[in-house]
Amino acid sequence: MSTATTTPTAPVGHNPPNLRGQTLARPVLGAIAVGAVVLTGLLYLVTSIHSRLQFVLIVLLLFSVGQTVASVVVEGSRRAKDRLVTTLVFGSFLLALIPLVAVLVSVITRGAERLDGDFLTHSMRSIGARDAGGGIYHAIIGTLEQVGLASLIAVPFGLLVSIYLVEYGRGRVSRTISFFVDVLTGLPSIIAGLFVLGFWILALGQNFSGFAGALALAILMIPVVVRSSEEMLKLVPDELREASYALGIARWRTILKVVLPTALPGIVTGVMLAVARVAGETAPLLLTVFGENSINFNPFSGEQSALPLYIYSQAGQPQQFAIDRAWAAALTLIIIIMLINAIARLIARQAKIK
Amino acid sequence: MTTEPGSPADAGPRGTGSQATPADAKATPADAEATAVNATEPAGDAKATVTTVPAAEPTTVPAAEPTAEPAGDLPPREIAPVPEAKPKVGLADTVFKNLTRTAGVGLLVLIALIALFLVLRASDALGENTANFFTTEDWRPNASPPYFGVAALLFGTLISAVIALLIAVPVAVGIALFITIYAPRRLAAGLGYIVDLLAAVPSVIYGLWGLLVLAPHFNGTQSWLNDYFGWIPLFDTGDNTVGRSIFLASVVLAIMILPIVAAISREVFSQVPITHREAALALGATRWEMIRTAVIPYGKPGVISASMLGLGRAMGETIAVALVLPASFNISWQILTPTGNTIAANVANGFGEANDIGRGALIASGLVLFVVTMVVNMIARAVIARRREFSGRAA
Repeated sequence: MSTATTTPTAPVGHNPPNLRGQTLARPVLGAIAVGAVVLTGLLYLVTSIHSRLQFVLIVLLLFSVGQTVASVVVEGSRRAKDRLVTTLVFGSFLLALIPLVAVLVSVITRGAERLDGDFLTHSMRSIGARDAGGGIYHAIIGTLEQVGLASLIAVPFGLLVSIYLVEYGRGRVSRTISFFVDVLTGLPSIIAGLFVLGFWILALGQNFSGFAGALALAILMIPVVVRSSEEMLKLVPDELREASYALGIARWRTILKVVLPTALPGIVTGVMLAVARVAGETAPLLLTVFGENSINFNPFSGEQSALPLYIYSQAGQPQQFAIDRAWAAALTLIIIIMLINAIARLIARQAKIK
Repeated sequence: MTTEPGSPADAGPRGTGSQATPADAKATPADAEATAVNATEPAGDAKATVTTVPAAEPTTVPAAEPTAEPAGDLPPREIAPVPEAKPKVGLADTVFKNLTRTAGVGLLVLIALIALFLVLRASDALGENTANFFTTEDWRPNASPPYFGVAALLFGTLISAVIALLIAVPVAVGIALFITIYAPRRLAAGLGYIVDLLAAVPSVIYGLWGLLVLAPHFNGTQSWLNDYFGWIPLFDTGDNTVGRSIFLASVVLAIMILPIVAAISREVFSQVPITHREAALALGATRWEMIRTAVIPYGKPGVISASMLGLGRAMGETIAVALVLPASFNISWQILTPTGNTIAANVANGFGEANDIGRGALIASGLVLFVVTMVVNMIARAVIARRREFSGRAA
């Protein structure tokens, strides 16, 4: 189905059966484009605009106006509208690429300046914002432990919920659960942090710790795990279940030995994507882990650090040393998240081949 | 074959019948055994059996006798006499089923707990509050007597999220259209992958970029907007200068939610039946007319719900806003001037120096955010659900 998607549309766009017999010639379009650039250049000379981004915008605007006018005159209003929309779609795509690429480029170029072995293997103990040096060793440990603990809580729990929803759940209860999974998906991350703060730290009298952060991250992970595993379990063919039942195998064994293994690669992919998502969460950790400059291996007692927290605290400092550290930590975080993502896609792709 | 046994929508002629039967065959003896073993369990199990059966035979919905119902099926009766093996199987099955159900119910308990503790903690602080929580703009929970209100924060949250949405949605729809319709097929897959990857970039990194890269470059744009569009009240700065403003925060938020909205819209657009598109083109429609008559009507609910999800994301976003905005507590429509704050950003900024009442006050504001985002998300889900209802099996 999907292979045929664009074939019929492409020829129509490029080579229309034009009954009027008149199309806007390419040289005319080129002339309009050049005219737009020249006009914008003149505008820049006359008025006091400097921004490069606006240059692109104004050129785009002038070009689409010129093209529309020319097209209305030559081809009629329908084709003119089509051309205008095409220009807008291409324009919006290019426009959107600018900031998104700019984010990646600035993180990579600025982060690479400071990212080295020393940075990765040292903590921030007794290093102030004015000092050079320091590193993210403690933050990496914190992130790994917190995300690991969160996964330990969220994955079995989420998997059980999804098994219930797919294999057992009928009627009102499962519909309610399914609805609240959606509610939980839309839960702002800071609310998860506030809840753990109110429940675990204020009500139960626990201290800020990596585990408290893991609890908050688990709340954010659960709905993602449930949703993705649910999709995967639904994809398991019913014939497999029926074959197992026909052999007299009990339902729970069927689920554990037939359904889960079949869906496993997909589930793993979903879990990895969930991990990648929570690894970058800052807000809940701010309220539960609190941040710490020294190395703390124990997530159950004492404050820890985490990569997103580290970026946040360093970015808030005015000193260039701190800002450099923030960029380098940001690069590390992006690399970690992209790695997890890439592994997840790889697993998904291999599962598909089978 | 993704049919799920009990879901009424998919109650196909074959799927449900062939599937519910073996399932019931297992469940029924299990129930019978469970009755003897445990007095509390069968109620739940019997109910599950009853609800499964009507899916296959809608006429027997109110059947109250679970044991009488499966008697109509012959296979379970034939299997039933098999000796010995069942008691063990039945017990394990019950245990496993209840384990998964406990997890499901645990999820509901978790949400109840979240709401409960937010209310509980908030009410302590609200009791101490000497100002009207919903109309006061100031935020001084650490003063004595404490007075604080969520008005300015809520205003900042809503206006920044709405502006972000206004910027992001048209562009996101453009991206989605480009990927699904305009781009060459080979390119489209790669672009879709890149959009998905960008959706995974953590918000703290967008915040970092917004603060250190975008903000210094953005004052020119803001001054320009003020110079030429100052007659629009929103872009009027009055006597103030431009700076790290609500508008800047909105742009950062827009960039952040762009990949999310684009990814969902792309998904929806790619599901438009190819026959609809071909039909439009065959009738002589231009590409835009094909989009307008075939793609947009089909994809509209999806785009709306994607936008709502993006809105929810933008409202709940903490760190990117906290990094970009200077904290101030007043309602100002001058979105180019460095004022304004949002609920989430205020929690991040104010948490460090908050005392007990201060933390309670922050939790109270979080409760407001919780309710607002929940309403927005529910509207989004309702739109999706309605679409499912009406579109049926279009493909």
